[in-house]
Amino acid sequence: MAQLRQISIFAENKPGKIEKITKVLADGGINILAISISSSGDFGVIKFIVDKPDEAKDLLIKNGFTVSLNEVLAIELVDKPGDLHRVAVALLRCGINIENAHVFVVNERAQSYLIVEVEDVDEAKKKLANEELRFY
Amino acid sequence: MFWDEELETISQNKLKELQLKRLRDTIGRVYFNVPFYHKKFKEINIKPDDIKSVDDISKLPFTTRQDILDNYPTGLLAVSRDEMVRVHTSSGTTGKPKAIFFTKNDIDRAADLIARCLVMTGMRKNDVLQNMMTYGLFTGALVMHYGAEKVGILIVPAGPGNTERQILLMKDFKTTALHITPSYALYLAEYIKSKGIDPTKDLYLKRAYLGAEPYSEETRRKIEDIFGIDVYNSYGLSEMNGPGVAFECEYKEGMHTWEDNFVVEVIDPDTGEVLPDGQKGELVFTTLQREGMPLIRYRTRDISRIIPERCPCGRTHRRIERIFGRSDDMFIVKGVNIFPQQIENVLMSIKGVAMNYQIVLESLDNMIVRVEIAKDLFDGNVMHLVNLQNRITEELRKEILVKPKVELLEPGTLPVSEGKAKRVIDNRTL
Ligand SMILES: [Zn+2]
Repeated sequence: MAQLRQISIFAENKPGKIEKITKVLADGGINILAISISSSGDFGVIKFIVDKPDEAKDLLIKNGFTVSLNEVLAIELVDKPGDLHRVAVALLRCGINIENAHVFVVNERAQSYLIVEVEDVDEAKKKLANEELRFY
Repeated sequence: MFWDEELETISQNKLKELQLKRLRDTIGRVYFNVPFYHKKFKEINIKPDDIKSVDDISKLPFTTRQDILDNYPTGLLAVSRDEMVRVHTSSGTTGKPKAIFFTKNDIDRAADLIARCLVMTGMRKNDVLQNMMTYGLFTGALVMHYGAEKVGILIVPAGPGNTERQILLMKDFKTTALHITPSYALYLAEYIKSKGIDPTKDLYLKRAYLGAEPYSEETRRKIEDIFGIDVYNSYGLSEMNGPGVAFECEYKEGMHTWEDNFVVEVIDPDTGEVLPDGQKGELVFTTLQREGMPLIRYRTRDISRIIPERCPCGRTHRRIERIFGRSDDMFIVKGVNIFPQQIENVLMSIKGVAMNYQIVLESLDNMIVRVEIAKDLFDGNVMHLVNLQNRITEELRKEILVKPKVELLEPGTLPVSEGKAKRVIDNRTL
């Protein structure tokens, strides 16, 4: 089964952090596919999906960032009204919290995914086995 | 094992006798040779002969830090300046330092007390001590150096800083003991971890002596665990030789105060009244053996208590408890007295927090505790960080009764300490 991994970077609420991160990734020839930010007010975590996650992680650590690379649950979305609702209902039914989630679009809108952060991706997929969902 | 078994295990009666003899001798010398004391004693109409027991010491006036400053540099000498072989200073926060002079005999006795402490904590001739304190005006490094030399220990006089080289020295000379500031020990621990060095396998360390800045019991335990060594608490201040005034034995329950060299009292810091053994108050020391610059009832501003019970190690010198706080380090937020060690204790007991931290005083009611998150425990989950922040806030509130603002920082944000750390930043304009 394919794995989708997301890079998380700790950020204090100081301006210029994203600029610094994206510069490191650009200089390293890494393509950013999606970005999202979760913030608590005082600090936040900036999240990226990139084409070469392992390389990106090493590069960021070498540049002094506090980094974590985690597998995420990626659920395919169909480009029609109500589809996100359909997925949300399935997740709720199976007891999966979508507090930390964002949408990731690939191939010029031809394909999009709902990215959900869960403690254990395999476990979540098992719970969702009977739902009509397609994963990355 | 003992360095000086006879004196270390002397009976309480004999110790009192010895103290009285030496106290009367000291008082005679300061009365006749130090104008400052002569005047002070005259003012309250006390003569050396009025001291008939050690307890009579309570009739004598205190010496304060201000007195030492006022008599800077040589006003408190009891013998000619020509007899002095060393001067150490202790940094004041503002202006002039306190100068402490030593004769040849004073240096020798200070070294002898250190020798007792080192042997008491297991050091022998074949040990190797890496002295990572600053060699210079500050007493710490040199007094320890002379004491270790007395025992016959091989000393690596590394001084602080240059961590890469420190590790090289530890490996090549098979260092068995460190003399180091607690903040540098914590930094060294993280450094060693980041280099993939396993201190229990790759190094030869057995023990460490921490000094020069206060540290919590949690920090001691943390350093013991990380390096797989014993850390012994000790107490010293430059006005009383520097390190080696009181030291833990193998039982690590309170620090034996060398009572043949010092009279230790605990007083109520507000009234100056002597408190009974066991009660917490300000430590006051009188030198009994010092020639160059004897000090009578010196107020240390350090808070502790005397443990009168006998120690199973056989030493008869009474112990003092680890210093609860230095009243100089204490600060007040929302009317509550807080010592930095209380905060350190809490932080060191929480997983997910790195070892560097800073306390920022913003106003009379507001303080910020800035902590670095532990790099290897970061999992990308912002909720986990929020939980960590809440937990630190709550644990601190329970300990200091004031709710601080807790800031989580990226590892490496705070200045690293390769020597003395500055933990409290005071931004208040009072
Ligand atoms: Zn003992």
